[in-house]
Amino acid sequence: MANYSTNEFKSGLKIMLDGDPYAIVDNEFVKPGKGQAFNRVKVRNLKTGRVIDRTFKSGDSVEAADVHETDMQFLYSDGSFWHFMDPSNYEQYQADAAAMADAAKWLKGEEICRVTLYNGSPLAVEAPNTVELAITETDPGVRGDTSGGGNKPATLETGAVVRVPLFVNEGEVIKVNTRTAEYLSRA
Amino acid sequence: MSADWRPAASMEALKGRARLLDRLRAWMGAEGFLEVETPLLSRAGSPELHLDSLHVPGAFPDGAPGWLGTSPEFHLKRLLAAGAGSIYSVSRVFRAGEAGRLHNPEFTLVEWYRAGGAYPRLMSDIERLLTALLPSRLLAAAPERITYREAFMRHAGLDPFAAAAEDLRRRCGAEGGQDRDALLDRIAGFEVYPKLGQGRISLIHDFPASQASLARIRPGEPDVAERVEAIVGGVELVNGFVELVDAEEQRRRFEADRAARREQGRNCPELDERFLAALEAGLPACAGAAMGFDRLAMLALGLSSLAEVQAFPEDRA
Repeated sequence: MANYSTNEFKSGLKIMLDGDPYAIVDNEFVKPGKGQAFNRVKVRNLKTGRVIDRTFKSGDSVEAADVHETDMQFLYSDGSFWHFMDPSNYEQYQADAAAMADAAKWLKGEEICRVTLYNGSPLAVEAPNTVELAITETDPGVRGDTSGGGNKPATLETGAVVRVPLFVNEGEVIKVNTRTAEYLSRA
Repeated sequence: MSADWRPAASMEALKGRARLLDRLRAWMGAEGFLEVETPLLSRAGSPELHLDSLHVPGAFPDGAPGWLGTSPEFHLKRLLAAGAGSIYSVSRVFRAGEAGRLHNPEFTLVEWYRAGGAYPRLMSDIERLLTALLPSRLLAAAPERITYREAFMRHAGLDPFAAAAEDLRRRCGAEGGQDRDALLDRIAGFEVYPKLGQGRISLIHDFPASQASLARIRPGEPDVAERVEAIVGGVELVNGFVELVDAEEQRRRFEADRAARREQGRNCPELDERFLAALEAGLPACAGAAMGFDRLAMLALGLSSLAEVQAFPEDRA
């Protein structure tokens, strides 16, 4: 695997530290007086999400992490794994629950997701920013109250629960922002 | 179409920067400093260990390579040796590979030399210049003068001259194997400097002799370099020396720096024999200092990065 010099450090760069893949969140160049220069970086562990500080002597190099992001189509879940296909070469990949994290609850099939691969296996999966899903269960709205203000929980066909306005009913398809888990509109 | 053709700094900041430069020149003129200009492109360069010059192959008409200098120091000292008296210059300097919130590989350095100046005058010049140019909101308290040792004792809880290398290494965490000065630099950069210059000018002085650069060494227990740095708001603004005028000592330091650079596989400018010849001819006793003008403008305008006071920083140069 290639190495990166501290000169190449910038946010988003993927590096290996202590055997784990990390993404640089922030890079600070510190050089006192006429002295030795350092790069202090904030890095996020791509497995655990934990952010730590590390300091490097400028000019040092660090192993690059074999991490890249690619768009894949979600095919199906078999209960333990979620299966994806890279549409450019039809290769299939399986992501475990840790990699899926929150993304799992927004997917029903065929969505294009951003998949982060580490050494060829899915490390993280991002659902599309917005999804359209049918409501399978919600209390009937109160007739006449269409102006908002009030809202109620609704269970979607994937099992996710979001707050929806009172006028939205079971069986309707709605658009949801997956980043904030908020109702956007009727689809 | 690329959107970053525009200046990084606002027009307001660029105007503020220009006004500050006017005031700086007025101050220098009133103090009796003559403004001079020196080449940016030199036939020799500084071998200082932690400053990288930019190499320009085939720069000169005779085909010789040139160096984009890290400071105008050698040329200014040649002028001093030729009898120029108190002088200053405002020039662009280059430091390869330095980029960040407070660094750009090319920036404006104001460098001045007070003929006959010694330590007290050097410090009072720095204080008076910064007091004249920085807004009073940054300087609520009177300037502070603190030795390198006191600053470390107060802000890092260790004596930089007495602490064992092993203690310094432990203090710096996992990465070992660094030399003593690199460890001290690290503690200075992350622990000491950020706490200095809070609401005032801090002048940190009497550096370890091993960090003398081009400063005179004052023998004592321990020896210290007559070197001073001014810090405001945790930002290092000025570095000054009571100048080393001993040609032989200067040559020894250059050779040591060159050897260390070669060992680290870094580029190594030719020895500047013209500068050394000027020292041999006789550099009058003097003290000088260099100030990062971009940082001064950043602080004066209440901004937090050099890019906010530079029209075209490195990423859009």
